[in-house]
Amino acid sequence: MSQQLFRTCPESGLQFHRSAEWLMRANAVAAVVMLLIGGITALAVVLTRWPAVHLLPADRFYQILTLHGINMLIFWIIFFEIAVLYFCSSTLLRVRLATPRLGWLAFALMVTGVIVNNLSVLSGNSSVMMTSYVPMPAEPKFYLGLILFAVGALIGCFIFLGTLVIAKEEKTYEGSIPLVTFGAMTACIIAVFTISAGAIILIPTFMWSMGWITTIDPAMYRLVWWAFGHSSQQINVAAHVSVWYAIAAIVFGAKPLSEKVSRGAFLLYILFLQLASAHHLLVDPGLSSTWKIFNTSYAMYLAVLASMVHGLTVPGSIEVAQRAKGFSRGLFEWLRKAPWGNPTFSGMFISVIGFGFIGGISGVVMGTEQINIIIHNTIYVPGHFHATVVLGTTLSFMALTYFLIPVLFRRQVMFPALAKWQPYLFGGGMMVFTLSMMGAGTLGVQRRHWDMTFADSLMGFDYPASAYTLMGIVGISGVAAIVGGAVFVLITVLSVFFGKRVGSESSYGTATTRLMRAEPEVLPAGGHGAAGLWGFAAPGTFVFALFFLSIFVVYYWVNWKYLASVWPMS
Amino acid sequence: MSAIQPPAQLLWWKQPLDRVEGTWIAIALTWSLIMFVMMPLWHVYGKQNLSNEAYRTTPEAYMAKTQAMVNQYTVRTETDQQIPVVSPPPGSDVYLIARLWQWWPILELKKGQTYRLHIASMDYQHGFSLQPVNINTQILPGYEMVLTITPDTSGDQTIICNEFCGIGHHTMVGKILITENGS
Repeated sequence: MSQQLFRTCPESGLQFHRSAEWLMRANAVAAVVMLLIGGITALAVVLTRWPAVHLLPADRFYQILTLHGINMLIFWIIFFEIAVLYFCSSTLLRVRLATPRLGWLAFALMVTGVIVNNLSVLSGNSSVMMTSYVPMPAEPKFYLGLILFAVGALIGCFIFLGTLVIAKEEKTYEGSIPLVTFGAMTACIIAVFTISAGAIILIPTFMWSMGWITTIDPAMYRLVWWAFGHSSQQINVAAHVSVWYAIAAIVFGAKPLSEKVSRGAFLLYILFLQLASAHHLLVDPGLSSTWKIFNTSYAMYLAVLASMVHGLTVPGSIEVAQRAKGFSRGLFEWLRKAPWGNPTFSGMFISVIGFGFIGGISGVVMGTEQINIIIHNTIYVPGHFHATVVLGTTLSFMALTYFLIPVLFRRQVMFPALAKWQPYLFGGGMMVFTLSMMGAGTLGVQRRHWDMTFADSLMGFDYPASAYTLMGIVGISGVAAIVGGAVFVLITVLSVFFGKRVGSESSYGTATTRLMRAEPEVLPAGGHGAAGLWGFAAPGTFVFALFFLSIFVVYYWVNWKYLASVWPMS
Repeated sequence: MSAIQPPAQLLWWKQPLDRVEGTWIAIALTWSLIMFVMMPLWHVYGKQNLSNEAYRTTPEAYMAKTQAMVNQYTVRTETDQQIPVVSPPPGSDVYLIARLWQWWPILELKKGQTYRLHIASMDYQHGFSLQPVNINTQILPGYEMVLTITPDTSGDQTIICNEFCGIGHHTMVGKILITENGS
């Protein structure tokens, strides 16, 4: 066996396998490049949807929107997730990465896929949106690019699983794998399902575009495509929840309240999260209500339960860690005294709030079988998923990046004062953006639509003035968020390539230490709860959770009330 | 740094729950079940449910049915394109075509009466979005969706396509006219 080289990061104590390290860097850099392209296209899209600006002509708008959707929702996130998978296996378990050469093959396939797909969209012949619903045709290259990318990502998933096997075989850790690795494994399992579903639908669609198959049934396409399209967002959920736990551990030394609950919640994701794909088919012809109700509720909302559990245990674990350090006065001293100037923490915490309060609540509400009638395909939908994907996933990945720049890239973060503000600008802008989109959607403004004035159509329609105001706010807050995103890209790229090196050049050696179990917890007299109030270890978080639930309940009933006002239908 | 380390206890699944977790799980599970039960309950007690009645069809067969209705019940034409305005009797089957980039024909329905509204696409996927009442459904080629609707609001409604269907997508606008029930 060839010699395996490792280095230990003096600041974090993490041990990096050299082959894994370079793969992580390559995937993370590719991810940021995709984020940059996605951000530039985002600016063009948002400036077109801002009625007072209405920047692009119609054909260019649909083309750029296609590019934005694919590059952000698929390419940026999956590149970063592959880096996260390598980190959570090789680095956290202190083990050599399985088959690094295949890792480079996977990377090459993914990059090729991106180029082939993006060139096809840029040619103007594949402006079919990310969903590419049949029978609207795209060029064969469009599907081929996606297939190549998916194959590459699938190889990355199996490298992760292989690395887990090696770690167990070579006993590089003691006991069970860490919670964060467990969460990453959840993401990986969901990814294998997702990418397989993508292959099952995109390969026949590619053959159809080549003329080898005569028809693809549109209802079947939607069913299988969304097993890919929505499940890919569930990879994000599992991945960014893992990142939340990781950041809580890194910044605060927080430990899960209980391993059983957090891991059980991840297990619920594996079992039930995929069913959420049915959300997209709630007003489709040809499916029964029984099917819709079972699937849309992810089997009685068991996956929602899982997210509500993580929403409690992540801040709860931080609260317990902070209380143990003495920040235990009242309900919220632990939160007030949190390091709000550290972008790794602030980004992660804004991500928790945005994902839960905005993305989570809106997702469950619009995913209710009947309520979907008043929301389907309005701009409410992108409002919702920008809260889950951008506030939830992208912001937590940004937060993790601030930690990785010194640790993985061995560079200091440049412009620390700017970095301190970046999560607030990006997160704040995105919160206003998503809420205004949801408001406009409630007024019937459509998604993927070039002209809300209907100036070119035979029969017009006038939206209320408030809809125009909201779309104006969408424009302003969208630009603010994009500026926040640009600041992130700027800081990251400059730091990685031109930042001051951290410490001395670390040397690589063959020896690694074994990853030991966490220190057994020393409980205060009276157990865990004694540091909190009312026998609750994390009373502040619990009050916070109740506040969340009350908003959830009110908003849920408001939407039923709204639904009851539309025409009776059966 | 325990979430990135193996659990302290070897038998971590035997570690008891914190009270805060147990309480929250009980509350969250209860809420989940309430939300789940609401959907079947609304099928029983609510008035806004999709029938899920749908048939396979072809553009030719669907066009023929729509044309028959148009021939029988057209009352006038509107717009430069002379789009027929069709006023079928209450309770009847009403057909609406979605195609690039038009909703055809214009329907005239009586307020408070019930109709069986059929919708199908002739070509790509489309989105039926009725504004300002705000009813949205997905329209697929090859599938004929049937909605039993009772317009109970005054004022004409506009149909906007809300599934991207190509370069003319944003011009795909149609009408459902609502007349007050004179009788």
